[in-house]
Amino acid sequence: MTSLTMNSMQRTVTALGHQEPDRVPMFLLTSMHGAKEMGFTIEQYFSRAEHVAEGQMRLLKKYRSDCVYAFFYASIEVEAWGGTTLFSLDGPPLCGAPVIQRPEQIDHLRAPSVQDSPSLVKVLRAINMLKERLGDTVPIVGVTISPFSLPVMQMGFHSYLDLMFGQPERFERLMQVNQGFAVEWANAQLAAGATAICYFDPVASPTNVPREFYLKTGHQVAKTTISQIKGPTATHLASGRGLTILDDIAQTGTAVVGVSALEDLAELKRLVAGRISVMGNLNGVEMRRWTPAQAEYEVKRAIAKAGRGGGFVLADNHGEIPWQVPDTVLLAIADAVQRWGVYPLDWVDEFLNSSRLDGAQ
Amino acid sequence: MEQLIASFREALESLDRVRADAIFRQALEMGTPIQAVERLVVPALEQMGAAWSDGTVALSQIYLGGQFCESLVESVLAPSDPDRKHQPRSAIVVLSDYHDLGKRIVYSVMRASGFEIFDYGRMDVDTLVERALADRVRVLMISVLMLPSALKVRDVCARLRERGSDAKVIVGGAPFLFDSQLWQEVGAYAMGKSAAQAVAIVERVMGEMQ
Repeated sequence: MTSLTMNSMQRTVTALGHQEPDRVPMFLLTSMHGAKEMGFTIEQYFSRAEHVAEGQMRLLKKYRSDCVYAFFYASIEVEAWGGTTLFSLDGPPLCGAPVIQRPEQIDHLRAPSVQDSPSLVKVLRAINMLKERLGDTVPIVGVTISPFSLPVMQMGFHSYLDLMFGQPERFERLMQVNQGFAVEWANAQLAAGATAICYFDPVASPTNVPREFYLKTGHQVAKTTISQIKGPTATHLASGRGLTILDDIAQTGTAVVGVSALEDLAELKRLVAGRISVMGNLNGVEMRRWTPAQAEYEVKRAIAKAGRGGGFVLADNHGEIPWQVPDTVLLAIADAVQRWGVYPLDWVDEFLNSSRLDGAQ
Repeated sequence: MEQLIASFREALESLDRVRADAIFRQALEMGTPIQAVERLVVPALEQMGAAWSDGTVALSQIYLGGQFCESLVESVLAPSDPDRKHQPRSAIVVLSDYHDLGKRIVYSVMRASGFEIFDYGRMDVDTLVERALADRVRVLMISVLMLPSALKVRDVCARLRERGSDAKVIVGGAPFLFDSQLWQEVGAYAMGKSAAQAVAIVERVMGEMQ
């Protein structure tokens, strides 16, 4: 086996430059697992920047991921808008009641200031601590929910769909207000030390809205927003399908796209090879019950489909690994990447041929 | 009728309510209201559900199309109309988590298909079990978005059995789509990949119970 010569940052930058690094970079996007490492409940864990910074450092060492993940939970952004978060013992924190109860509120809606939001400042402090400890050796991934997808939490999904398709002027105003917030929030994370921003945009997925509608709305929003973010972005559809808008996403100025386990990784990679990198697409829900052998097989399959030529980051397909996924699986994934992810990937042809003979996709 | 279904579906997907309404009126002239529902609305929604599973129709189209069909059907079949399908006694709920779009869609599509069902909103395990027993529900549709909520279906099924209920639990939502074995693991009777599939499963249960 070739010895590894790059640190995580070099490995990732090389892969995103569509070159083959020493090994396939692995972004094991664990957030809640830090609470397990620290012996806290999920709510206790996310209550302090110090917990998350230390938790991410421990996870980095344990799973040998190629990034740390400064994502706390999605609704932390809504807290800045006056919303609340509901914590549980075994899953991601969820949004409380919508902050926009009536569409008329949008007419006078003003974006909160990042620096005036204790929750967001807490995230910035965690990023800062991680940056102090890691310097430029490991990518620090920040998160911004796209202006186009944030309203699902601001007002509830069905109310948002009613707004989108029934009140275009108010929808447009909401996009403008949200854009200002998303840009400020993303740039604050970059200034605090984040290397890149994960731009979560699940509503953009054709799973949720038709491509024609996305092109007139979310796509324009993404182009404008991403152009104002002062660092690289990875657009993530959070498990939603993306094949039919992959080319469109590539035109938004983003560097990476996070793709769904419901679609073929090889086809996705082929569509955008050399233009944007692909991140994915291990099935985070199934992962809960994988055996170590199955975890190894899934890693091999993903690398075989998308690893060659760089432009690929191995990750889960949702952007957050469920709390229920056990250590045995995560460690097996990490071991498999160390074993099978080293370039050149000279085992791939044989693997793909045998997979075809077995009838596996 | 095939052409009419295709036109109706196209009108729903493009959110052309005027055209969808006109096609529905056309179908009404060809038979009774429940026949128009079963021959036009249900097949169109079934096709849209299958197309969503294939990735060619979006959730927004299913949601808005389902809502419009619900209002069309409501205009010709009141909740008390004897042609409405009140049996088996059915209910729908969002278990534990707070994401109710999926439930809203299934509820609309069920009602647009001529069913009357209890809408329980959002409940936790304890409340749901007590309510389903009190209502003597025979079919319980559970919608979830989050994996922890999906895993709680196991408790619902076990508790219903312990209390002597033979209710058929039908599940749906993202965790079940991403793990095809999960519905069996939690002890559900079936899993619907789309709202239209949920209707088909309830129709099947109706047949089995007769």
